[in-house]
Amino acid sequence: MSRLQVVSGKGGTGKTTVAAALSLALATEGKRTLLVEVEGRQGIAQLFETEALPYAERKIAVAPGGGEVYALAIDAERALLDYLQMFYKLGSAGRALKKLGAIDFATTIAPGVRDVLLTGKACEAVRRRDKQGRYVYDHVVMDAPPTGRITRFLNVNDEVAGLAKIGPIHHQAQAVMRVLKSAETAVHLVTLLEEMPVQETADGIAELRAADLPTGAVIVNMVRPHVLDEEAVRSAGTAARRQEIARSLGGAGVSGAAELVGPLLEQAAEHAQRVELEREQRAALEALGLTAYELPLLSEGVDLAGLYQLATELRKLGVIGGADDWGTAR
Amino acid sequence: MTSSLTYGGTLQDTPLLEIDALLDDPGVRIVVCCGAGGVGKTTTAAALGVRAAERGRRAVVLTIDPARRLAQSMGIDLLDNTPRRVDGIEGTGELHAMMLDMKRTFDEIVEAHADPSRARAILDNPFYQSLSAGFAGTQEYMAMEKLGQLRARDEWDLIVVDTPPSRSALDFLDAPKRLGSFLDGKFIRLLMAPAKVGGRAGMKFLNVGMSMMTGTLGKLLGGQFLRDVQTFVAAMDTMFGGFRTRADATYRLLQAPGTAFLVVAAPERDALREAAYFVERLAAEEMPLAGLVLNRVHGSGAARLSAERALAAAENLHEDRIVDQETGKAADRGSAGTSPTPSAVEPDSDDAHEPQHEPASEPGSGRPSAPPTSQLTAGLLRLHAERMRVLSREQRTRDRFTALHPEVAVAEVAALPGDVHDLAGLRAIGERLANGGPQAGTGS
Repeated sequence: MSRLQVVSGKGGTGKTTVAAALSLALATEGKRTLLVEVEGRQGIAQLFETEALPYAERKIAVAPGGGEVYALAIDAERALLDYLQMFYKLGSAGRALKKLGAIDFATTIAPGVRDVLLTGKACEAVRRRDKQGRYVYDHVVMDAPPTGRITRFLNVNDEVAGLAKIGPIHHQAQAVMRVLKSAETAVHLVTLLEEMPVQETADGIAELRAADLPTGAVIVNMVRPHVLDEEAVRSAGTAARRQEIARSLGGAGVSGAAELVGPLLEQAAEHAQRVELEREQRAALEALGLTAYELPLLSEGVDLAGLYQLATELRKLGVIGGADDWGTAR
Repeated sequence: MTSSLTYGGTLQDTPLLEIDALLDDPGVRIVVCCGAGGVGKTTTAAALGVRAAERGRRAVVLTIDPARRLAQSMGIDLLDNTPRRVDGIEGTGELHAMMLDMKRTFDEIVEAHADPSRARAILDNPFYQSLSAGFAGTQEYMAMEKLGQLRARDEWDLIVVDTPPSRSALDFLDAPKRLGSFLDGKFIRLLMAPAKVGGRAGMKFLNVGMSMMTGTLGKLLGGQFLRDVQTFVAAMDTMFGGFRTRADATYRLLQAPGTAFLVVAAPERDALREAAYFVERLAAEEMPLAGLVLNRVHGSGAARLSAERALAAAENLHEDRIVDQETGKAADRGSAGTSPTPSAVEPDSDDAHEPQHEPASEPGSGRPSAPPTSQLTAGLLRLHAERMRVLSREQRTRDRFTALHPEVAVAEVAALPGDVHDLAGLRAIGERLANGGPQAGTGS
């Protein structure tokens, strides 16, 4: 089980939700996980229904069985100032740099530096040990940039090596890459059973593999239950059958059943069409050769209770126990 | 929850976004589609383009990162960074479409504004290459740059723009300014000619700060990198004023009356929260908002039947079945031979609302081609209950948005069961955009 779990996915697939549920699942039974956010969206705070996260590691949830989830919103600018302070004892000079736009330059314009700082902070948390030499966090879960940018984001070394050929940023980038390319890291992609996200997942996996980054699992989110299949819907095509359904509805206590049969069958036909499309997408995902886990759609939307429910679901699916597909166990 | 609440309750008070009126208005020259990632922005932009063209306008769609099949269907999967005419448009109008190639757009600016040898020096600079090939902010900047170019060509009477899938939907408003102010700014001047600035009177502190800063940056990034940046900056020197001017011009273009912003969202909490931010931000920037496009809205023709009643009825049917079984055949209702258990209901569909005593179905055992009516009906009812729950959740998230921004006109687009990747599909979306509402004419 890799210690750094990177969760990416196309926009709208719920990668932040999955990352949060995973951090809860990993913390269950006395473990401690750190959930990090790198895009400054405060999605984690919203999910856990707490106030905006500062640039500090805060406990935000207690997992079943006494585990703890900490969260951190990594801010590139603050990370750089910390870094300068640590290595150069800059102090107030940092503010002068900021005033001149130098910090802004380094964190938003200078290619790759931002990503070095963000991934660097996460890797530092992965490697951090307490006085007894134990890891401070059992796992670090990263709510990472979307699939389209993930490889570029994680592959900071390539970006930076071409530019900063020497100096601490260069060394930092190399140290980060050693963690990211090792079995200590697993990159998971969240998708829906829809054509575009599945296509993007396939592209993302190919890019990760080409860059030698360790792929983890595919997590299929918001899977709807299959209530009726096409066969059943087709069988309802005849007028006689429709009448039977109307009678059956009436018998079950539904008033005005006759007018409901049409709309209900229409919904069923849409459902059956979706089931069919989902079957195709599942097949496409299988072809990727990665373990896939499916999480159910919560029809009420994801609130705090829903998050715990998804965490339980992840554990049930063996995401935590079955280490093999998730990288090498520690 | 009653059906009148679950369907179209508050939306009656919300102004309706008249898409056709917007597309037909000759005064509207630019439509910008913005919103969170994954809400169907690109598809919406393409559908608007198709509809505008088929209503007689000469339209061009600028997409940023379309799905491959959508791009193929419009014939813009070739990256040549210039609009191509889309075949298959009906009527007198025309549709052109293009996909943004941001590196090429950046290169073209350099080539157009620097003499050949200087342009070469810039294009070969490693810092430039990295900056232009997809650096945070560059895509947004180039999208706006391209919009300015298309507008300046004046070949189209309507430009529909998709916005980049940014970290935050607001990035595309911020990034041009940020990049512009960097390329144009104090810091870069310092990098270029520290002595010159430092020599000025009253700049002593700045002088100290600056030399320390370049020293620090040199240490941090390596001297080579800093030299690359300095070379780049020197080569770009002649273009700096241009960048700022163009960023400002595009910004003013966005504020002009001929521009209409459409905020695109799906009826989900995160997407609508981003939409609300966006609405507020546009107002603060004095940018003209036309309204909200709400994609993937679910409706039901049977909305008068609530989720609770549908589930209760489904349970009645289930109990009937058990009674049938117990009286008709052996009590061993779990066995494959006697069980009329729902072959169509898959065993893994056990959501919390199903009765606890549901017998385990055996998927392998001789699936009949037509399930018994009571099973089919129960399935229809469960499906309906699920639909109604989705409806009420969507309604709640919409209500939250409407409460914050009651003035924003809304166009709803009914959810489609599949993906869209051809003109016919885009046309259908356009139709839904214009005629609003999930399954128009149904519901209470």
